[in-house]
Amino acid sequence: MTAAPALLLEGVHKSFDKHEVLKGIDLALEPHDVVCLIGASGSGKSTLLRCVNLLEPIDQGRIVLGGDEITAPGVKVDRVRRRVGIVFQAFNLFPHMTVLRNVTLGPIRALGASRAEAEAEARELLGRFGLADRAGDYPDRLSGGQQQRVAIVRALAMRPELMLLDEVTSALDPELVAEVLSVIRELAESGMTMLIATHEMSFARDIAHRVCFLDEGVILEEGDPEQIFTAPREPRTQQFLQRIVAAGRL
Amino acid sequence: MRASAASGRRSTLIALGSTIVFAVVVVLLVTNAPGWPAVKRAFFDGEVFRESLEVIPEAFLLNVKIFLVAEAFILPFALLIAILRGLPGPVFFPLRALAVVYADFFRGVPTILVIYMLGFGAPALGLSWIPIDPLFWGVVALVLVYSAYVSEVYRAGIESVHPSQEAAARSLGLSRAKALRFVILPQAVRRVVPPLLNDFIGLQKDTALVGLLGVVEAFRQSQIEAANTFNYTPYVVTAIIFILLTIPLARLTDWLVARDRRRQLAAAGAR
Repeated sequence: MTAAPALLLEGVHKSFDKHEVLKGIDLALEPHDVVCLIGASGSGKSTLLRCVNLLEPIDQGRIVLGGDEITAPGVKVDRVRRRVGIVFQAFNLFPHMTVLRNVTLGPIRALGASRAEAEAEARELLGRFGLADRAGDYPDRLSGGQQQRVAIVRALAMRPELMLLDEVTSALDPELVAEVLSVIRELAESGMTMLIATHEMSFARDIAHRVCFLDEGVILEEGDPEQIFTAPREPRTQQFLQRIVAAGRL
Repeated sequence: MRASAASGRRSTLIALGSTIVFAVVVVLLVTNAPGWPAVKRAFFDGEVFRESLEVIPEAFLLNVKIFLVAEAFILPFALLIAILRGLPGPVFFPLRALAVVYADFFRGVPTILVIYMLGFGAPALGLSWIPIDPLFWGVVALVLVYSAYVSEVYRAGIESVHPSQEAAARSLGLSRAKALRFVILPQAVRRVVPPLLNDFIGLQKDTALVGLLGVVEAFRQSQIEAANTFNYTPYVVTAIIFILLTIPLARLTDWLVARDRRRQLAAAGAR
């Protein structure tokens, strides 16, 4: 008997008004899995991540986190979110707080950690990701790459059991992408369970244990990266990857 | 650098010159008007001016007190209204509706009517457990009216904070209330400080309306002085005192707006 999956999605549907964005998603992540979601803009990658973090309520199906069904009625959403870290495309750092306060807000106000404890841990995490000397700065003094690394540290400070990364390099200048990707690589190597929506195909190929191709609200194809990127079965996957190659991004 | 200092001096001189010319023209125009001697006697009597200065500044202290006490209630009360108005979901519809009706009503009714109705109406109810002091009801009226305005200022500030900020706060497991308190309100309030100060200036002026209830503040005191001396100079004294207090507040507002703009430019430049 294996342990409960880290994350399980069964028949997840989600509509905005009349537009159905997710049309029955089934997905399972074992602990320490790194799964990349690829697909065109509008294929539902971001919505899927937001549903897992309960930022969007789902219409049908269920989501199970570490054995607990989080889409059941009466579940405390704040408790669920403390277990799941999410990093957004646009960083979404709090501009009125220093880097250190950005990172310690969650541990102090949501987890009830003491300030001293939270700050010590935040400084350790910031140091680990090369941001030790930035603790006292406000976000607008940081480069995009630094801001996104702070956002990752902010999520990590909650000690999540699952990290959701939503196109975290899409808003960055090209020369700043590498520093953020190396942080994610380090997380993957440390055994963090991650669900990553990305347009960085070579990164996905390199880091993912499995790749899911999302197309029009369903996972059309799922497999190990080598298979998806070199021998995709579905014609739509082939088309998508051909366009990516033509754009010089793979 | 030298050139810009010289041109700076030059524009200062031009500004000074044009101001003096303008002032001279206005003064000549007014003092040569046919009715000027009569107006001068009625509004600018040196003797009455000195006498007024002995009593009106003291009465003006009451205006300052009214202002400070009212503001101390307005700031939290208006924030409460603004928060009620932003509550999500159908459960809170009655509270949202109440906040909307409140803001519409007290922004719609002229302040002077609210002051009259509360100041003369409430004590006339004859209820022994409510205060009958007109000063009390005057302050209540100002708090009610200005809270409606200030709640709209707060609301604009809250709505100017991008929804992704709330999403980021909630994604850390913060409750809606905590997201509001630690993430949204600090940003919102910072942005609305200049318009808030603008409303302060309006309130500072409107403290004179409490005088209509018979409370002897600066305006009422100048009415009394005017009646005693058959001369309007006391009103001029009151006007000057009010201006002396509102001008620093107005300059402070300007300075804050300019500082915010500089900060935004600096932040944009750093990126």
